[in-house]
Amino acid sequence: MTTLRHFETPLLKTSFHPRTEAANKLWSWGNWGGYTTALTFEDLSMEHSAIRNTATVYDLCPMIKYRVEGPDATAYLNRLTIRNAAKLSVGGVHYTAWVNDAGHLLDDGTLFRLAQDRYRICCQERHLNWLLDSGHGFDVTITEETEEIAALSLQGPTSAEILRLGGFGIDGLKPYRMAEFALGDGWLMISRTGFTGDLGYELWTTPDQALALWDRLFAAGALHGLRPIGSDALNIARLEAGFVITGLDFTPADTCLREDRLRSPLELGLGWLIDWDKGHFTGKAALHKQRATGTKWSFVGLEIDGNISAEGAILYHDRKHEIGVITGACWSPILKKNIALAQILTKHLAGVNIWTEIYALRELHYEKLMMVARVVDRPFFNPDRRRATPPGRF
Amino acid sequence: MQSFDTIVIGAGPNGLAAAQRLASKGAKVLVLEASGAPGGGAGLAHLSYNLDPRVAKSMALAQHGLVWQQTNLATTALGTDGKHLRMQGALGATLSGDVPEKDRAAWAALRTRLLRFAAVLAPLNQMSPPRIAKDAGNPMLRLGMIALKARMMGAREFRELGRIILTNVHDLLDDELSAPLLKGALAFDATLGGWLGPRSPNSVLPWLVRLSGQTAGVQGALGLPKGGMPALGAAMAKSAEAAGVTLHCNARAARIIVEDERVAGVTLADGEEIRARRVVSAIAPKTTLLNLVGPRHLDAGLTTRARHQKSRGGAAKLSLILRALPDFRGADLTDRLLIAGSEHDVERAFNPVKYGRVPEKPGMEIMIPTAHEPGTGGMHRLTAVAQFAPHAPADRDTARAAMLAACMAQLEAHAPGISAMVQSAEILMPYDIEDQYGLPGGQWHAGELSVEQMLFLRPLPGLAQYQGPIPGLWLASAGCHPGGGVSGTPGWNAALAMEAAQ
Repeated sequence: MTTLRHFETPLLKTSFHPRTEAANKLWSWGNWGGYTTALTFEDLSMEHSAIRNTATVYDLCPMIKYRVEGPDATAYLNRLTIRNAAKLSVGGVHYTAWVNDAGHLLDDGTLFRLAQDRYRICCQERHLNWLLDSGHGFDVTITEETEEIAALSLQGPTSAEILRLGGFGIDGLKPYRMAEFALGDGWLMISRTGFTGDLGYELWTTPDQALALWDRLFAAGALHGLRPIGSDALNIARLEAGFVITGLDFTPADTCLREDRLRSPLELGLGWLIDWDKGHFTGKAALHKQRATGTKWSFVGLEIDGNISAEGAILYHDRKHEIGVITGACWSPILKKNIALAQILTKHLAGVNIWTEIYALRELHYEKLMMVARVVDRPFFNPDRRRATPPGRF
Repeated sequence: MQSFDTIVIGAGPNGLAAAQRLASKGAKVLVLEASGAPGGGAGLAHLSYNLDPRVAKSMALAQHGLVWQQTNLATTALGTDGKHLRMQGALGATLSGDVPEKDRAAWAALRTRLLRFAAVLAPLNQMSPPRIAKDAGNPMLRLGMIALKARMMGAREFRELGRIILTNVHDLLDDELSAPLLKGALAFDATLGGWLGPRSPNSVLPWLVRLSGQTAGVQGALGLPKGGMPALGAAMAKSAEAAGVTLHCNARAARIIVEDERVAGVTLADGEEIRARRVVSAIAPKTTLLNLVGPRHLDAGLTTRARHQKSRGGAAKLSLILRALPDFRGADLTDRLLIAGSEHDVERAFNPVKYGRVPEKPGMEIMIPTAHEPGTGGMHRLTAVAQFAPHAPADRDTARAAMLAACMAQLEAHAPGISAMVQSAEILMPYDIEDQYGLPGGQWHAGELSVEQMLFLRPLPGLAQYQGPIPGLWLASAGCHPGGGVSGTPGWNAALAMEAAQ
């Protein structure tokens, strides 16, 4: 066999690849932002079950990371994002989003305040040009640091105990806060954040410490059910938590071709992020206008009859008129319910007489099902252990 | 202290036109001028080619001191052998000189056509650009009339308009004419004040915009006010003051005050704050948005578009004091004199400028004011617009010296002995013009007048209706539709848009 040349293996490998490769029994890989990412390591049900019952690690390296620093960093971020970065204290993390001039979503992400004048943005899509353009007139430096940081998500009820056993004192760490620890001859930053809606942490370090971190966690977690999970299991957990994913639940404005597919934060249920009183930010005038006139689209959580996942299904009113589309759906193993996230015309938000058209593949034949859907509050799953400080010893 | 409801930044033709209109409708208007005297770009211009008749009439410029020295100035295109081409009447209605018969006939036809096409498009100048958004509320009747008039020219002419409107000047002239001096003069005029050569794509449309102007009711005619173009600026200032406008000179606006996301006034360079609910910026939109308002108050996409707006100036302004009247081989010195030997000479003068270098043989438009009105102390003045000059050369001082030398060599070639008459010489490169007049890149139109920056794309997409991106801010400079020249048109249109918004 000849060696493949670089352009024949376009997917990059993350810092944890030696470990994820060894653990990937199904050899099930996907492409996340140009990186080789495990979809399922061994068993999807067991991986999801571990998120809700024991603990899991998920390789976050492909998450896009930008460092924003300088005297105007806060002012810059307040102009860039819709939430108020000034209200984020040092050591804090918040979920936020940013939009273009027309108020259409470019991406959502988490903002970490590392120091008074230093932040990190973590997001799904690449935005360096937009971030740099937005920096004109601000004393700020923006650095793409995706490759400089190795990140691992540790999620599940026993995650806190595993960290304790691993020698990291996280008892005082509250949700959406972070703390720094020594790791080898380097550092480890632990934030109490995650994408599962459960008790969990995200661990940030340099690539040279990645494998040592992995090994330390697995040594500490041997008796606490720690296992690696792939993107498929995480997707079920994030749906239960009601989180949106850029590119799945909405099309980012900078790559969107169809004018009627553009969505604003108000249309994606993210209006609560907007700080209308913080002063000007990009897209504010457009969003202000949309708030006054009302949105055409809304974003909702649905419970659907039956147990067949409604992924990609069209929503109907009175079984006849198309009123929306399901952007993410699954049978929730923890809730024992068929749940979905959907874009729906605002006038049908009241949720009466909504039907989904589901195609169930049953031994090579599709069966068309019309199932009743009900609009429900998000998150679908929101356990107390997610918030308890100090976290429980499971 | 007196209070104002409107502050106009910049006492150029557009600022004064807008101020006069607003004041005459009852607004309390303060005009802030950075320099020591009003007039702005009028002090830079040579001639009047597009003074807005609405402005001339409503501002009663004749009553405020505007007297025309010439309303239909002749042009002499200089030949190095003394065989000049004289173009009299608007846009060379009659040609005298060494021009082949077939060129005379072809030019007569092309000239009629150009003026006709320009006249069809002219009504667009006097309205806000149409919007392309849905339910934009465009004046469909007026737009329909323009389309109808274009179509009424007949299928043949309508097709011809479509054929040439986005083509280039070189090809258009080459299709019809052969005489180098004629083609050179026309190519020079067509590209005057732009950043494009005769062969540049889309160079015909800006020429048609230029030809849509008029002087004293004659389309395409060049006007020279008594006392030169500054006198036109002075008349506009007098008219504005007569309407109740307060004019503050030596008052440079440093910031537009934005409070609660709306305009609240202006901070001057000396720190003084003047409050007003409405600020009308009659300086370049790029400068207004990026420097006076600042990115913090603007959306990121708009800021980027403003940064990328093209604003390259290609013209230098030469001023000579001469101890005697020069002799341009017998040319009438009261004419506008052109040095542009052929359309290729014009293109060759543009070529090095694309790469930031100085041309060896710049084209020149020469005026000798003291041939019209005697100067003081027996001295004579010669001013020239020299094209093309680089707006961002590697070294400014070297480029300036090289440009001056190139201009003097051109003058010496066409008026032997002139160099020895020079008492003093000054040349303003595009970057000097930027420093003195605040025009970004030294661009005459405060933002290039090119197809991709015209109509609803001028100054920027989404800002073409004179209304700024922040409540209370209005844009009224040559950077707005329909562009530059000492016309007052953008300022007047902006004032009309403000009235319509009330």
